[in-house]
Amino acid sequence: MAFEGLTNRLQNVFGKLRGKGKVSEDDVNEAMREVRLALLEADVNFKVVKDFIAKVKERAIGQETMKSFTPGMVIIDIVNKELTELMGGTQSKLAKSNKPPTVILMAGLQGAGKTTSSGKLAKMLLKDNHRPLLVACDIYRPAAIKQLQVLGEQIGAPVFTLGDQTSPVDIARSGLQHAKENGNDYVIIDTAGRLHIDEALMEELRQIHDVAKPDEVLLVVDAMTGQEAVNVAESFHGQLELTGVVLTKLDGDTRGGAALSVKAVTGCPIKFAATGEKIEPLEPFHPERMASRILGMGDMLSLIEKAQSSIDADKAAEMERKMRTAEFTFEDFLEQMEQVRKLGPIDQLMDMLPGMGKMKDMKNMKVDEKQITRVEAIVKSMTKDEKRKPEILNHSRRKRIATGSGTSVAEVNRLIKQFDDMRKMMKQFSSMMGPKGPKGGMKGLKGMLGKGMKFPF
Amino acid sequence: MSFFKKLKESISQKTEAVTNKFKEGLTKTRTAFVEKVEELITRRKKIDEAFFEELEEILIGADVGVNTVMNLIDELRAEVKKRKIESAAELQPILSEKLVGLLKGEGDKQLRMADSGMTVILFVGVNGVGKTTTIGKLAHKFKSEGKKVMLAAGDTFRAGAVEQLEVWGQRVGVEVIKQGTGADPAAVMFDAVQAAKQRNVDVLLCDTAGRLQNKANLMEELNKIFRVIQREVPSAPHEVLLVLDATTGQNALSQAKLFGEKSGVTGLVLTKLDGTAKGGIVIAIRNELNLPVKFVGLGEKMDDLQEFDSEQFVHALFAGLIQSSEESEAAEE
Repeated sequence: MAFEGLTNRLQNVFGKLRGKGKVSEDDVNEAMREVRLALLEADVNFKVVKDFIAKVKERAIGQETMKSFTPGMVIIDIVNKELTELMGGTQSKLAKSNKPPTVILMAGLQGAGKTTSSGKLAKMLLKDNHRPLLVACDIYRPAAIKQLQVLGEQIGAPVFTLGDQTSPVDIARSGLQHAKENGNDYVIIDTAGRLHIDEALMEELRQIHDVAKPDEVLLVVDAMTGQEAVNVAESFHGQLELTGVVLTKLDGDTRGGAALSVKAVTGCPIKFAATGEKIEPLEPFHPERMASRILGMGDMLSLIEKAQSSIDADKAAEMERKMRTAEFTFEDFLEQMEQVRKLGPIDQLMDMLPGMGKMKDMKNMKVDEKQITRVEAIVKSMTKDEKRKPEILNHSRRKRIATGSGTSVAEVNRLIKQFDDMRKMMKQFSSMMGPKGPKGGMKGLKGMLGKGMKFPF
Repeated sequence: MSFFKKLKESISQKTEAVTNKFKEGLTKTRTAFVEKVEELITRRKKIDEAFFEELEEILIGADVGVNTVMNLIDELRAEVKKRKIESAAELQPILSEKLVGLLKGEGDKQLRMADSGMTVILFVGVNGVGKTTTIGKLAHKFKSEGKKVMLAAGDTFRAGAVEQLEVWGQRVGVEVIKQGTGADPAAVMFDAVQAAKQRNVDVLLCDTAGRLQNKANLMEELNKIFRVIQREVPSAPHEVLLVLDATTGQNALSQAKLFGEKSGVTGLVLTKLDGTAKGGIVIAIRNELNLPVKFVGLGEKMDDLQEFDSEQFVHALFAGLIQSSEESEAAEE
């Protein structure tokens, strides 16, 4: 997943900070140096990094911070907030013209993924019951028109083209006319890739802009772009007044610092993220999720969404009650395990949990799905009575369970021991938290997390 | 003789046309990178922490990898201490020398051609770096050298990719071996190798679909293509060229590493260098992975693909520096 490298790096830094009671100015400086390197390695533009560091430093070395109980946490919080802000606050939607058709102009360097993104955008609009028209204005690259035509055919969107002998400005004009006549409510103009320093081609783009009067001008940026991202974004923005950015190839292993840079210099929101060359709808970009992911605070929002959609709320509430009163049995354990598994592969879940990204690096932390299956087999080999009253599990019963589940007595013993520990912990936990506990949507999650940490394997 | 003089002399033996092409193509790089260094050196007369920090920023701003920059700066610090250098101007030649050193390294920059019979060159890279365009330009180059060239349309995935290569085939006037979109690219390669053998082709250029280096399955597919070519022509592929977009940042290192593992990359092609203010990634890759850059794309025209020459590159990059150092030398004499 994108940004993972940066996450690890920052976690190391803040791991150091977290352990200290007080944070001196030196600590802040050291932490900021690491943050700076991490951001630079992630291809965030050095000017952007400089500003960012200055801002955070200014806020971190303040009286308030020093007096607060956990200064490390305060710094993390500041970095997180600044990072989210840098990435663009909340997500943005596609503009809509009062007078259809809404015109969207796609621009960018060669090979950024304009044509593919145009196809994805059209697919997204089709899904929302719009009637997009794709206009092929790339007359330069061999077979670019053909590419758009094939994409249009795949997703079932019309493509307007006048071949590669007409000027792109005329194509745009006629395309718009065509859309009006045929009742298309969105027009997506795919332009040729061009270098931002190519004056002739930039002039042509400006003319297309004048003719088409687009409601959205989207700059398509390759997430792998380095320091140059700033210059590209700046000059396209200067010529065209961008309204948004599409970040492509985010499924690579790039750290995607370009996202931060582009946002910082243009002030345009990153509206969409694109992954893969298969024509799927564009995904909305979630800056706040990305920011907390970078900081290793985990993608909790995504996890909560996932949990909400697949965990039965009533069951979760009941489970929580049982945990509090330490009535938790192997039956509940089994049920809960199934619920967690519904969320998806365990290691993917681990990725989303705070601090887990770092733990996964340690080789022995590998979560083995097979191990979970084995635990399940052990529990399933117990009789009803045994599940409800683990106390009655004597040696001969354990031996039977081991044979029944195809494991060894030692493994059965270990599981039972861990289960007991877990129950004890829960008892302590619940007496600490009182009967009410945290409210709302967190309930199910808390139950899940409480156990996630103590999975007996 | 000073370092710059040596460099200049070795370059003067090369054709002026090529030098000019490098110079033109790298104008942006030169203004953004070198002039910044110069400006820094004239502005900050003394060498102190702030000087190093600014230098660091300029180098990182040119996409020279963070590790490479840190090492370079450390070395410079050591030099400054050892030679007791005080003024920034004295540091300038040392910096240039170090940069050239980083770029040069071992390894031949010439393309490895088959001793006898057919040469097979495989092109790999992520999406949108310019693989197909590079093949078109290279086909033109070989054709004009009088070689018989054939192209293999191995990008069976992206819409319009086969057509794109066909257009290049027509422009250059060479044959393109293809199958439909969605065909197994390894099968296309098999066909192409067989056809090329039968028709006594000198150079076979193999296109592949762009793929991100962290997609395990797609990388395995690439590995299969590599194996098929190797099985059919034991000494092939003679070159596996990773095509890199010059605007790419640090991720280029990951690309070079992972593509290297799966397809035995032997060299790099750096495209779109004319438009970027950078080129620094060349230094990072050279330094950290020891892969030679074989070609650079310096423009959109058919003959704008040039063999990479680190001396030319440095000369073009440091044209301003070289001039001023010559002046100072002349003054000394």
